[in-house]
Amino acid sequence: MSERTLPPVTQLAMTSLALILIGGIYLASHLPQQVPLTPAWILLAASASLLAVNLIALSRVKDFAWTKFFSVGKWALLAYMIIAGLIEYAFLRDGLSGDPLVVLTLSIIVYAIHVPVLIAFTVAQYEQ
Amino acid sequence: MTDVVTAQPPVSIAHTEPTAVSSGSPPARPDFQIVPLKGLPIVALIFVGLIIAIAANKLWPLVFLHVAFGAAWTIVDLFMGFVIGPTMGKLPPPARIEVVTRLMPKMVLIMPTVVTVTLAAGWQLGVLMGTVNSSYYNHSWIVASYIVVGFMAVIALGLLSPANIAVLTELKKPEPNPAVIQKLMKRFIFAAGFTGMLQVAILVIMTRIRVG
Repeated sequence: MSERTLPPVTQLAMTSLALILIGGIYLASHLPQQVPLTPAWILLAASASLLAVNLIALSRVKDFAWTKFFSVGKWALLAYMIIAGLIEYAFLRDGLSGDPLVVLTLSIIVYAIHVPVLIAFTVAQYEQ
Repeated sequence: MTDVVTAQPPVSIAHTEPTAVSSGSPPARPDFQIVPLKGLPIVALIFVGLIIAIAANKLWPLVFLHVAFGAAWTIVDLFMGFVIGPTMGKLPPPARIEVVTRLMPKMVLIMPTVVTVTLAAGWQLGVLMGTVNSSYYNHSWIVASYIVVGFMAVIALGLLSPANIAVLTELKKPEPNPAVIQKLMKRFIFAAGFTGMLQVAILVIMTRIRVG
């Protein structure tokens, strides 16, 4: 198996997901109290930055299997958008609003983009 | 979805008779769909049921979905990590391919479904019963469950799911690379074993919450 030098997409994506999960746990563990949102915003910003770093690093890889990446990624994106929609629906059903809703919605968007990127990358990296 | 789901390997490989294995031909590889299309209506039906249960916000449907799908999640993780994984490691490669091509496509649908339903129904149940409130007397155990589930989610999303899809995509190729399949299956089994261990922690936490 020939190994190519690729950016650490998996490691960065897992760190990014962990950061938004920590933010979510921070908010959920204080319900129904209003807690400062700054930690959650910082974690979300760090997570979104890692997503951006991952996308930029991937875009600079030469001879990457982009056809396979996008053919897998688009369906994974659809699946995770549906899951993200269900989560968002539960938040709205529970009357979540204001800044906490914004933080959690943006976190779900990062999640719904980063997981398909990770799946598509894992598949495409083994494409000859 | 045709390029992902229904791409067919050459007939000579996809439908090789088992006897070909012993005659030195490439290992027999049954035809399969990466995402079993027949299962999608069932998944859709389950998600509709979940939405109805959340909208109705009644105790029984939420308890049913959370307990039934949570039990399925726990059992599948434990079984994959501690029974199927070690068993697969001892199988000869042709038998391993047979198992992988029949088992892994089902896992593509089963795992995201049981995880989503368990967590969404569980959260709504917690809101309904007030167990997600920080004033709940067992709140520390609830937070502990968030943390363990968070670990499991990162492992499942970061390692399990991508390895699952990647190994099936590799097996769809006319000439799959055995080293790639072995590497991805190792990753899958390791991740399943790790989440299986975390499921034991979830069992401890959930039973602790139940008895108060």
